[in-house]
Amino acid sequence: MESFNRSTIDGFIKKYQGGKSSLIAALQEIQGACGYLSRDAITYFSIAAGVPLSKIYCIATFYRSFSLEPRGKNIVSVCLGTACHVKDGENIMNKMGRELGLESNESTTPDRKFTLEKVRCLGCCSMAPVVRVNEDTYGNVHQSTVPKMLAPYRKAEKR
Amino acid sequence: MKVSGIKDLQKLKTRGMATLSPDKIKIMVGMATCGLSTGAGTVFNEIAAGVKKNRLNAVVTKTGCIGICHEEPLVDVLIPGSPRVTYSRMTGEKAAELLEELRQGSVMKGALGRMDEDRFLLDDTVRSYKKGRIKKELLKVPEYANLSFYKRQEKIALRNCGVIDPEDICEYIAKGGYFTLAEVLAKRPPQDVVAEVERSGLRGRGGAGFLTGLKWKICSAADGKVKYIICNADEGDPGAYMDRSLLEGDPHAVIEGMMIAGYAIGARQGYMYIRAEYPLAIERVKKALAVATAHGLLGKKILNSGFTFNISISQGAGAFVCGEETALIKSIEGEWGEPRQRPPFPAQSGLWGKPTVINNVETLANVAPIMARGADWFSSIGTKKSKGTKVFSLVGKVNRIGLVEVPMGTKLKHIIYDMGGGIPNNRAFKAVQTGGPSGGCIPKELINLPVDYEALAEAGSIMGSGGLIVMDDRTCMVDVAKYFLSFLADESCGKCTPCRVGVKRMKDVLEDITAGKGTKEDLALLESMAEDIKESALCGLGKTATNPVLSTLKYFRNEYVAHIKDKKCPAGVCKALITFLIDKNRCTGCGACVKVCPTNAVEGEKKQPHRIEINKCIKCGACFEICPAEAVVKG
Repeated sequence: MESFNRSTIDGFIKKYQGGKSSLIAALQEIQGACGYLSRDAITYFSIAAGVPLSKIYCIATFYRSFSLEPRGKNIVSVCLGTACHVKDGENIMNKMGRELGLESNESTTPDRKFTLEKVRCLGCCSMAPVVRVNEDTYGNVHQSTVPKMLAPYRKAEKR
Repeated sequence: MKVSGIKDLQKLKTRGMATLSPDKIKIMVGMATCGLSTGAGTVFNEIAAGVKKNRLNAVVTKTGCIGICHEEPLVDVLIPGSPRVTYSRMTGEKAAELLEELRQGSVMKGALGRMDEDRFLLDDTVRSYKKGRIKKELLKVPEYANLSFYKRQEKIALRNCGVIDPEDICEYIAKGGYFTLAEVLAKRPPQDVVAEVERSGLRGRGGAGFLTGLKWKICSAADGKVKYIICNADEGDPGAYMDRSLLEGDPHAVIEGMMIAGYAIGARQGYMYIRAEYPLAIERVKKALAVATAHGLLGKKILNSGFTFNISISQGAGAFVCGEETALIKSIEGEWGEPRQRPPFPAQSGLWGKPTVINNVETLANVAPIMARGADWFSSIGTKKSKGTKVFSLVGKVNRIGLVEVPMGTKLKHIIYDMGGGIPNNRAFKAVQTGGPSGGCIPKELINLPVDYEALAEAGSIMGSGGLIVMDDRTCMVDVAKYFLSFLADESCGKCTPCRVGVKRMKDVLEDITAGKGTKEDLALLESMAEDIKESALCGLGKTATNPVLSTLKYFRNEYVAHIKDKKCPAGVCKALITFLIDKNRCTGCGACVKVCPTNAVEGEKKQPHRIEINKCIKCGACFEICPAEAVVKG
């Protein structure tokens, strides 16, 4: 089975207008629809839109928000901006990794429920340290409050 | 409704006035990202539901961030004829209590401050909220003008944040918005606008501080029919969030600034490059653009003039280097954001090779006030070479965290101590970091420094976009330097060798030092590499990358020496150089640390002093954070 829906990608290709519109925006749309930039999705886009795969790869690896790997259903972003750094954001990052049971080289749980990412400043410095889970932002996070913060997302996954 | 002139704007103004201070109770909830991250969403829902349930004659609205971020979520109550009253740290329960008090016609206790009047910056008028005498209970509530956090502030860029509903264009117009644009389009030729902004002395608020008017002048004189204006909202400096707050709290102020800039330089198309990490800002700007277009304020023949202008949003994809203007241009063009050699400057050859002006969000928010009040008014604020105000995000180890807008030249001391209320837990102030990764650390000895472009540069830092990260004695300066260098090594685009290899190499040296593997030659090595990178890197990112190291080496050399010679981290941060211990005399044996320790490294009987097994300890700091008796110490 393909990891993408052809007609969805065809829609993005139409919007891309053979390069009149931004390739970054097109890739953002593919990632939005598929969760990540899968090999077959970008290969299909490359051939159908006439963009070299090397160029797509270049952009996908230059910008941090693109992922060539499948990501978890829930994205946990720990802010490591300066304000969060001086307020021990690093410890929160480590705690989150332990809490999700991730090995040091892993960023997504084997069941693909959670992906842990670091982010350089969410612009909520007044609430440092800050963590964002999907669309929700949490401020003044402590190591001890991490399990409680994750609880609703875990519960939703169990259902 | 299409707005075709001043008359139509007046109509919308009347509508906006009616919602700004309505003839019934108005409850405003601060709903910027900072408020939302502390539960403003829940508070808003509780209040909206409570008002409906109790059939209270009141409206509930959203507003942006007024800057008092440490007291979020904030709720403001406006009773007709009475001052605006702000309540802080609101919760669902407090919201219910507030509604009950309102129902009984009384005032809830514990207000943070009261605002007796609403200032209209653009036409320099003031409207009093109160009619007649203020209720006795309210007299005890401090006026905003007397709040330490507020006293020294002068709001120009942030004039409407936390005052209007950012999604209501009528409220923006009620505060004088788009009238300046109408006046400019009707009466001021473009070169006149450029001259006015140049004379005001406004300088770029995003980093280098280039004269805005001069940039416009170069672009306006450049050959070519097609020109562009770009708003740089790729606020990547960690520790700065004024642009997010502006876009979330007053998007039309930036749009109007862009339109005036576009008119001045002869552009018909503008781009807003907003970073992907700011979803709410993107959403608010999208809505604002749609509403402005629907009202005919964007599009063809705006306000019946010959001026045609449109704005598109270009969303960033996560690359710090795209804040650099030539990289940003590449990114809008859909390419990877590598900077290029300048000249030619974008004002001559920018987006798709056309003359382009790139201005920062805060810079653009200053444009309408300058055109409305005049260059003389603007340049009367600030210092000799730095005019107007600057918004700072006062964050880190400081009591009152938030966004402050102060006249240029305000002393650090006043910002950190008077406004920020000093350092939490009475710890010692050590340094303040300004200018993001391109900036430096300013030590406590320079606390009297007046903050403007020149003074900061002289102290070895930069203004940057205005982040002020306060650090206390528990912040390690070598670790801070390492933090910035690893940030920059991550974010280097890789085009030029000095940055790609040099910054990474410097980071490696700093990693060695913080791991206790530093040698006495390292400091000289760092300094010589820094000089080379500064001279040879291609763009601003590389050229300034060494500032965090050079400034900390200049002011905190002893701390580097302690890491290298004594293998100690005086601030207790660098994990390789510290151990966690429990002070027997302080430990009450409560067991809180045992529960949180991930490796079962804490041992001890209940109610007896505990101890940490050093071999098992991974130095995660969980025990240090949780201990109620402050018995866990770093040695």
